[in-house]
Amino acid sequence: MTHETSSGTAVITLPTDTQILITREFNAPRHLVYRAWTTPDLIKRWWAGDRGDVTVAEVDLRVGGGWRYLMTANGGFEVAFRGVYHEITANERLVSTEIYEAFPEVEAVVTNTFTEKDGRATLTILVEHPNKATRDAQIDSGMEGGLQESMNHLDQVAISLR
Amino acid sequence: MARAATTADAFNAVAELRRRQILDVLSEGEMPVNDLVARIDLAQPLVSKHLRVLREVGLVDVRQEGRHRRYRVNSQPLQPIYDWVRNYEELWSRRFDRLDVVLEELKELEDEDDA
Repeated sequence: MTHETSSGTAVITLPTDTQILITREFNAPRHLVYRAWTTPDLIKRWWAGDRGDVTVAEVDLRVGGGWRYLMTANGGFEVAFRGVYHEITANERLVSTEIYEAFPEVEAVVTNTFTEKDGRATLTILVEHPNKATRDAQIDSGMEGGLQESMNHLDQVAISLR
Repeated sequence: MARAATTADAFNAVAELRRRQILDVLSEGEMPVNDLVARIDLAQPLVSKHLRVLREVGLVDVRQEGRHRRYRVNSQPLQPIYDWVRNYEELWSRRFDRLDVVLEELKELEDEDDA
């Protein structure tokens, strides 16, 4: 797919045994990426990807405040994540904990860094797990339903908006 | 996914930072150990030790040329790692694709406000 809104592809690396690093460039300035990242009505539009619908997006954007996203997946089951904000520098940096509610004893720390060059934002998401097993489990969870997804779905949405 | 509980697979071999650095440098082309030592600033015995691990899992091949041994990358054993991460990457790619659509709208709204 090549069109004018095309940005980079997501690059995922595993810097250490307990980390996941996700990097993506956007054809938009960082304050807009930050807004889309922290505004409930906008989060609802992207966070589920193609895997379902976001039915709850709560954001209490202050240090010590909480967040919670709930997705009703295409298969009918619900998936919920929540956490607490630890560091907030508007448009630049957002650090929070992240808990998958099915395994509430596992708490990861997620550091989102928003940078910008020539009007284009780069977002890096560093996910740090307490140990390798939980890190690996999070990557394994990417397997669920992934193969059934329509690769073309988003392209169709993009075309219909033109 | 199921992973072999062995210490000698590609997953473990690339879990070590120095070994990933060695693979990065070797990905530029075949070279003798001395060139590697110069590039990654690590004592030669340690580089050789990492090369041995990488050879054991098949990530590095070695070839004798005259008096020198030359090392090169064989990326084949990395395929299972790529496959493993690919589905997680797919989740994020779909999220980001949707985010692109949201961002286009935000940009247009901002342009309208500026007008």
